[in-house]
Amino acid sequence: MNFFKLSPRDALLMVVFAAVVLLAPIWMKPFGAAYPDLLQKFAIFGLFAIGFNILFGLTGYLSFGHAAFLGIGSYTTVWTFKLLSMNPIPAVIFGTLVAGLFAVLIGFVSLRRTGIYFSILTLAFAQMCYNLAYSVLTPITNGETGLRVLRDDPMLLDKALGVVQEGSPIGSFFGINMRGYPAFYFCAVILIIGFFISLRIFRSPFGLKLRAIKSNQNRMRYTGFNTRPYLLWAFVISGMYAGMAGSMLAVTDPLAGAERMQWTASGEVVLMTILGGVGTLIGPMLGAVLIKYFENIFSAFNESALHDMFSFLPSWLETVMVTVVHPFVGEGWHLTLGSLFMVIVIFLPGGLVEGATRLFKRRKSDGVTNKNSGSEN
Amino acid sequence: MSKKVSQPNGWTRRSVLKTGLGTAAMAGAPMFFVRNAHAFTNDPSSGSTVTLGFNVPQTGAYADEGADELRAYQLAVKHLNGEGDGGMMNTMQPSSLKGNGILGKKVEYVTGDTQTKSDAARASAKRMIEKDGAIMITGGSSSGVAVAVQSLCQEAGVIFMAGLTHSNDTTGKDRRKYGFRHFFNTEMSGAALGPVLESSFGNDRTAYHLTADYTWGWSQEGSIKKYTEALGWKTNAAVRTPLGAGDFSQYITPVLNSGADVLVLNHYGKDMVNSLTQAVQFGLRDKQVNGKDFQIVVPLFSRLMAQGAGENIKGIYGSTNWNWSLTDEGSQAFVKSFGAEYGFPPSQAAHTCYVQTLLYANAIEAAGTFNPCGVIEVLEGFKFDGMGNGATEYRAEDHQCFKDVLVVQGNESPSSQFDLLKIVEVTPRAKVEYSPTMEGYAGDLGECVA
Amino acid sequence: MDAIFLQTLNGLDKGGAYALIALGLTLVFGTLGVVNFAHGALFMLGAFCAVTFQKILTLSKKVKDESITFFDAYKEIPYLEIWFGDTGAAIIDWAVPLSILMAIPVMLLIGLIMERGLIQYFYKRTHAEQILVTFGLAIVIQEIIKSFFGANPIPTPAPDVIAGSANIGSWIGLSDSLVYPYWRMIYLLFALAVIGAVFAFLQFTTFGMVVRAGMADRETVALLGINVERRFTIVFGIAAIVAGLAGVMYTPILPPDYHIGMDFLVLSFVVVVVGGMGSLPGAVAAGFLLGILQSFASMNEVKSIFPGIDQIIIYLVAVVILLVRPRGLLGRKGVMED
Repeated sequence: MNFFKLSPRDALLMVVFAAVVLLAPIWMKPFGAAYPDLLQKFAIFGLFAIGFNILFGLTGYLSFGHAAFLGIGSYTTVWTFKLLSMNPIPAVIFGTLVAGLFAVLIGFVSLRRTGIYFSILTLAFAQMCYNLAYSVLTPITNGETGLRVLRDDPMLLDKALGVVQEGSPIGSFFGINMRGYPAFYFCAVILIIGFFISLRIFRSPFGLKLRAIKSNQNRMRYTGFNTRPYLLWAFVISGMYAGMAGSMLAVTDPLAGAERMQWTASGEVVLMTILGGVGTLIGPMLGAVLIKYFENIFSAFNESALHDMFSFLPSWLETVMVTVVHPFVGEGWHLTLGSLFMVIVIFLPGGLVEGATRLFKRRKSDGVTNKNSGSEN
Repeated sequence: MSKKVSQPNGWTRRSVLKTGLGTAAMAGAPMFFVRNAHAFTNDPSSGSTVTLGFNVPQTGAYADEGADELRAYQLAVKHLNGEGDGGMMNTMQPSSLKGNGILGKKVEYVTGDTQTKSDAARASAKRMIEKDGAIMITGGSSSGVAVAVQSLCQEAGVIFMAGLTHSNDTTGKDRRKYGFRHFFNTEMSGAALGPVLESSFGNDRTAYHLTADYTWGWSQEGSIKKYTEALGWKTNAAVRTPLGAGDFSQYITPVLNSGADVLVLNHYGKDMVNSLTQAVQFGLRDKQVNGKDFQIVVPLFSRLMAQGAGENIKGIYGSTNWNWSLTDEGSQAFVKSFGAEYGFPPSQAAHTCYVQTLLYANAIEAAGTFNPCGVIEVLEGFKFDGMGNGATEYRAEDHQCFKDVLVVQGNESPSSQFDLLKIVEVTPRAKVEYSPTMEGYAGDLGECVA
Repeated sequence: MDAIFLQTLNGLDKGGAYALIALGLTLVFGTLGVVNFAHGALFMLGAFCAVTFQKILTLSKKVKDESITFFDAYKEIPYLEIWFGDTGAAIIDWAVPLSILMAIPVMLLIGLIMERGLIQYFYKRTHAEQILVTFGLAIVIQEIIKSFFGANPIPTPAPDVIAGSANIGSWIGLSDSLVYPYWRMIYLLFALAVIGAVFAFLQFTTFGMVVRAGMADRETVALLGINVERRFTIVFGIAAIVAGLAGVMYTPILPPDYHIGMDFLVLSFVVVVVGGMGSLPGAVAAGFLLGILQSFASMNEVKSIFPGIDQIIIYLVAVVILLVRPRGLLGRKGVMED
């Protein structure tokens, strides 16, 4: 079972993860989430959160500015589309690299501080990026309207190779248009690779060092160990994950807007990670899926949809149910989200994964055992 | 990780994976966005219903405006399905609407939350198209969102009937074949306000602009400058303010000593409420400069938002797309219908959304097909009346509606809490018309593919 | 000269608001060690105390408006005016300042409930969990307010006599065009008074002494047999009052909506950190410093040299200060540095 040097359990985890992701269009159906756009978002924000977790989960450094890298990845990708080619490969590579470059700069400065000071530094950099992109940098970012690919853009590489697209420009993976399910599978493959890398980092000596920094950085330093380069690496890697996620946002939908970099977007990935379980492998992915699910599905229930949903009930009960549920869906989906945050952190500290682990342990103590469900955190 | 792999019937992991992939590929078969010569996205011909997608801000600063838009949409759906009193369906001319749905199919709708963010709005629109099978998307309370969703709809081959969006770009350089706007724009605001400002304040004025620092703000600043400078006004300064600044005091104090005697607030929504409230607090309206009374102008008014500014709005000039106090037959029918349903009058956002829905349905009836290309053909150059704005035309070149523009003033003695705006002039359509290829405005519609 | 004078006033005024919000946040940080993302919500609740008080005062008799025939429209005449005539109208006019009377007990109550009901269980939890739970709470509070008051801003004007602006130029012998709104000056004085009161309370009362001791070394104080926890509960209540009052008094400047707290949240954290975590004087100093810098950065002369500087000045200052002086302006060494 020497599957990329993974232990058998990890190899199994990898396979299960890949299967669950690739089969999402099927098993998501009953939840009403099996349509390409939402599945793409699951994969993209899952990747974003997995990358964020490499920094936050392993080192304990809470960055409040990771959305900046997401935005930079998106802008770079759209510019690559505009200047070079609609092929997503160079676009994703450039997006990831440029985001990594910014991560080096911001990380180098921010990592001079720890704790909440580090959080505020990253927040400050991200807010500066957002504010400038929205206003002064409009020539580069196209401000509020968002940067788009236009048909008369140079696209030098495509022109040189004679690749011609009809209609509005869209990312094209050697002839496969990056829309719908093909785009989802493109994202899914990158997500799986990203998850694999994250798994390898978690299991590597590097990951161990990062954890050691989290548990007691001073002790590490006293032993003569220079923690800074390791932290910077973790920061840059997670910044590149964010950049890659941003790139994929732009690949599946060639438009980059500044609000992707706002602090609320940075906050969102923090919430995703905590919600799912900080420092666990799979938790951030779960958190991302849950939050995006709420944003897209819960916000869509309106009163008439609710009436349809409860129409099997007697009419008085239907009215009661609709009245009870209505404040929590549609325009009230924020209320559900807020309550969910509170409930989970109060009753399941450590997030969803810990909740699942506890549930599993209880079942185990009841004498129910299942070899395959490993607790992974 | 608590997910389990159960392997019943002796399936190997590999075969599960293979089969799964195969099924997944099949599930992906009804590919969206793939169009051939005869099919178009979400063709409802085979079903008994037709689904419209209402994409409005339900959270964030414009949630109340979004809620009002949604009310208007629901009312329009009712009327289209032959319920209620029919509202403007009775006054619309020419009308092919029959009150039995659209082409005999019952109208249903799905809703989504744009959050006033391009990303969220596009995600929500995509859900409606990909999952709910919406054949038309409409709504919005910001130009950035409208432009973003409009270009998405073009790619998806779905018609977009813009809601409240005021920037020139929506039907200017970002115009799209599949996108239509009934609402007016900054160019028209400028053209309509110009003469009124001249007659009220004269030709010898110096203006100071405070402009929200993003594309819509720039668009409006440009238009107002263009038309006031044509009157002989001077522009003292045009200062950009960050979006959502909250406290504008540091931008307002320089106005005091600038020598300007008119302050133009190119702000919308919350920014407008805050900057206007604070400008009045700083005593700008009690000031005398160059021997003239200092004046404030808010080029785009929204009655819903103006409520937040309270007393401060009294006497201030601005423009609006529509106001419920209009007395023409169409407006009255709509206000009556809306008022009976919800107990208060509709906002301009509600009006434009309602009209857009009816226009779309009517175009399908007239075209006799749901095919967007047919619908676009009908809407391009479509002339109609009885929808509250007088004789109106959807110009074919840029898909912008041309109609009279209302110049309004904050009401000094409102008769009710809704009576905030007084109409001072109805600027005729001919005065606000401009060339579709005007500089900085020209764009490319693209093609209809189906 | 005038411009600089006015911008300084603007900066002080802004700074007053920032300092008040940051003060409460620092109190909670310093004593309880809790990162309270719901602090902005407290500010917002304060503002809505003013709105509610105004609504109560203007409870109205509805008279059908016959001029509108399309739907049932009503003219509203407040009962207070019907019963007390001009006196009633005057009371309504003074709704915002008067609502302080309501805001103090209400905010204290909300603070105590919040601390006892939720925050106390999170003292020992990680900052991440504190952030998640208080952020969730903030969203829930916001949504409840939104469902009652809608999403649009609500006008809450200052009393008529002080709604305009004062000609301070003529007071101090400068040019006549030097005017500044009365309410903003009142806000500044009010902010200074509240800040002074909080400091005096901590400095000159036994209670305050214990709290300060607790901030410095909680364990030792507890070992001395003092119930630190009860005192910290009250501190949380005080922080809620301070945030609430900042909100009440800010309403004539910024018509409140349900989102107003979130708009201040990020900024207040920046202020706290620039001032130095857990340092009350630092929070106040940083509040005023950032307020003034923000005002000056918005001047046309400055903007023409550095375009867009007014958009980022706060964050730029934060970065510079944190790099040059890691523990903030007046922070003690070793406090919250990990």
